[in-house]
Amino acid sequence: MATYELTVNGRKQAVTADPGTPLLWVLRDDLKMTGTKYGCGIAACGACTVHVGGVATRSCVVPVSLIGERPIVTIEAIDQDPVGRAVQAAWVSHDVVQCGYCQSGQIMTAVALLKHTPKPTDLNIEESMGGNICRCGTYVRIRQAIKTAAQQL
Amino acid sequence: MNTAAACRDARRIGRRTFLSVSATVTGGLVVSLYLDGPLAAQNPGQNTAVAYPPDAFVHIKPDGAIVIQVNRIDIGQGVHTALPLLLADEMDADWSRVVAELAPAADIYRDPLYGIQMVGGSGSIAHSFQQYRELGAKTRAMLVAAAAERWKVDPGQCKTENSVVRGPKGQSAAYGELADAAARVPVPASVALKRSSEFRLVGKPVRRLDGRAKCDGSQKFGLDLDLPGMKVAVVAHPPVFGARVRSMDASAARSIDGVREVFEIPLARGTAIAVVADKFWSAKQARDRLKIDWDVSAVEGADSSQLFATYKELARTPGKVAVLRGDPKGIDAVAESHRIVAEYEFPYLAHTPMEPLNTTVRFNNDRAEVWAGSQFQTVDRMAIAEVLGLEPEQVLFHTEMGGGGFGRRATADSHVQREAAAIAKRLVGTPVKLVWTREDDVRGGYYRPMHVHRIEVGIGRDGMPAAWRHVIVGQSITAGTPFASMVIKNGVDSTATEGVADTHYDIPNFHVSAHHPTPNVPVLWFRSVGHTHSAFVMETLIDELAARAMADPIAYRRTLLRPDATKLRAALDLMAEKSAAWRRSLPKGHAVGIACHESFETGVACAVDVSIEKQRPRIHRATVAVDCGLAVNPLTIESQFQGGLTFGVSQLMAKGAITLKNGVVEQTNFDTYAPPYIIDAPAAVDVHIVPSTEKPSGCGEPPVPVIAPAVVNALARLTGKRYRSLPLVTI
Ligand code: FES
Ligand code: FES
Repeated sequence: MATYELTVNGRKQAVTADPGTPLLWVLRDDLKMTGTKYGCGIAACGACTVHVGGVATRSCVVPVSLIGERPIVTIEAIDQDPVGRAVQAAWVSHDVVQCGYCQSGQIMTAVALLKHTPKPTDLNIEESMGGNICRCGTYVRIRQAIKTAAQQL
Repeated sequence: MNTAAACRDARRIGRRTFLSVSATVTGGLVVSLYLDGPLAAQNPGQNTAVAYPPDAFVHIKPDGAIVIQVNRIDIGQGVHTALPLLLADEMDADWSRVVAELAPAADIYRDPLYGIQMVGGSGSIAHSFQQYRELGAKTRAMLVAAAAERWKVDPGQCKTENSVVRGPKGQSAAYGELADAAARVPVPASVALKRSSEFRLVGKPVRRLDGRAKCDGSQKFGLDLDLPGMKVAVVAHPPVFGARVRSMDASAARSIDGVREVFEIPLARGTAIAVVADKFWSAKQARDRLKIDWDVSAVEGADSSQLFATYKELARTPGKVAVLRGDPKGIDAVAESHRIVAEYEFPYLAHTPMEPLNTTVRFNNDRAEVWAGSQFQTVDRMAIAEVLGLEPEQVLFHTEMGGGGFGRRATADSHVQREAAAIAKRLVGTPVKLVWTREDDVRGGYYRPMHVHRIEVGIGRDGMPAAWRHVIVGQSITAGTPFASMVIKNGVDSTATEGVADTHYDIPNFHVSAHHPTPNVPVLWFRSVGHTHSAFVMETLIDELAARAMADPIAYRRTLLRPDATKLRAALDLMAEKSAAWRRSLPKGHAVGIACHESFETGVACAVDVSIEKQRPRIHRATVAVDCGLAVNPLTIESQFQGGLTFGVSQLMAKGAITLKNGVVEQTNFDTYAPPYIIDAPAAVDVHIVPSTEKPSGCGEPPVPVIAPAVVNALARLTGKRYRSLPLVTI
């Protein structure tokens, strides 16, 4: 067990955990932030995507001990970012979600895409969103919502 | 899940409904509807009218907020919006003030036709359509009566709109202010429902009520539950279904920080070791360090390749007869050169809902509280009560929002809930959340059964099928469950033959039979059940016949459809019209694939534009048309069809099979069993709804069956090959 000082959504938070504990479970079980989801635990579905140091990251395979100083942003605070707000608004207006379980990860991935590529092509979208599973199959609406968000920005 | 036949059976069972009304302590009008449903008819003496807080369907609060209880889980299919929408429309409620809640397990929330509280058979709207409309209309009538009494006018002179009653002389009163008075008005015995032209919400695209919460992380699912003092459990399941723990060494597991208990529990099949810890990661770490010696001696180790060999042998002999029309030997009269003999293979499939399975139980000796995303609340609650030695009424069962389900949260043996209850029983007073990891889920059984179909088709002079002999081999999903009597007839489980036996094609000399082997692999209904494989067989064969006859695949189907296949024909015609332009102007290297299929009383037709990229089918677009009767919420229908098509693509994925070797499942997680990613799904899907005022039929399952056959029909045009074994490992 060791204590780590994390910056989550702009707030410093101290957590005591085994160094190997994935960030996902620190967020969910220690910080009680359950917006970030567990889907596979092996970096194969994207449900657990958060931003670490501005990079879309699969929190299920990143040990808490490797976070260091890098700030963490989760779905709970993505509306504090203009791109995040645009993506959420597009998601709502396109009625993207079904069960909704994958959507935190989809939105966090889409926000990262638009921050680097404000006007993504279909290929950019397929590549960036390519590792996020939506078992309900909302992909068509995800594509549309990303394009709408890009137009709004 | 479940068959159309079962739906019809259930419909024949009589029912009575009672409305009761009360004022609440907090004020407002609460409307409850008590059902004396089919289960009561089967088990006389059972008290079905147990009031159970919250015993209401509708609660109008003095401030005008309208809380509507949804009598079944939402697993993405959108009933959390659609059922309140039906009620609110009849009530003339202000939609912006409507809040939906998932009701707990209680008799009053049973499905009006199935008689248990459940989601399945694409029945949510089909079965509760009338129920929620009547509730809305009666609530409205009582609000009007209260207003009329206040104004001393005839209720017939009052009008309602947007949660306001208006009187003949310009009087007006908001529902919120009338709620208390309305609670004292007698419940009308019957009310007139709106004509479809009077709907304000029904038939319009309405966004989901949970749309926002599912985009900002605030929507809680069962897995997100956090209670004071709660512990987390994971379970080391047997490597072969039904195996038992012979011995274990838990010393390394117990040394992990935060581990509280390690102990053996009984399972629905075999036994297992449960690890209870303060947090998930400790429990998982501890489980990985358990050393367990399993006794597999008493259980059969199923092996997929051997099973396929056995199934193929069986398919050469007729099974129990599902349907026999005309001459059973009609095929023998057709020259060999005019026959197609086709053998199809379908693997086991895992549902893998995005939210891994979980259930939380707190046991307090004389009562228990449960939180679960369940498609089968009635069944799961009874199972938990049984494990804990309680009556179902002593179990308070909360329905949690479900992160996908597809049938996986509807098991007749409630095996996940039994596990959770067995663990909680040991930790009296402590809430314990049982979490199945994705590995538990992929390897945990309860699959869509593997199947072999063998078909001999004799082709007539007109190019149409003249005789058809069809043998289906696959496990029965319902054998040994309470559903068997409804679904199994003459030894044939209709969930294995549906889509073939009840085909809408007019085929003479039609002989369908089935074998149901019983290998040691738990099986379960999987979104669209038998239609997952039957539609693939029928729609690829019909396509092959059309090609042999050098006929247009749409025209050929139209000719072959029975005159009474009105929904399917309407869908086919609409699809043909809407896809005509792009089908005529396909880029080079692309081909069209067609399929149509009716399931759960909904007719669906689909055209896809496919090319081959990197050795995989690339689905550039799909045009789909649907006849589902009255379209309650066209936006949800569009979403269900877009998503359902993608779900149907699962069958084509290169890693889209569950296989077993010596009883051990060979796949473990999404790296080895991969559902469709964005690149695999259709890039665009346009959904067209046949205008209709007929009673609504389901939209959850009917999208699934058509896409896989449509895609391989397109591939056949590109490669000249016919694809009869799934998944599609190579093209
Ligand atoms: S849970 Fe992290 S990628 Fe699936
Ligand atoms: S919305 Fe259900 S998994 Fe994506």
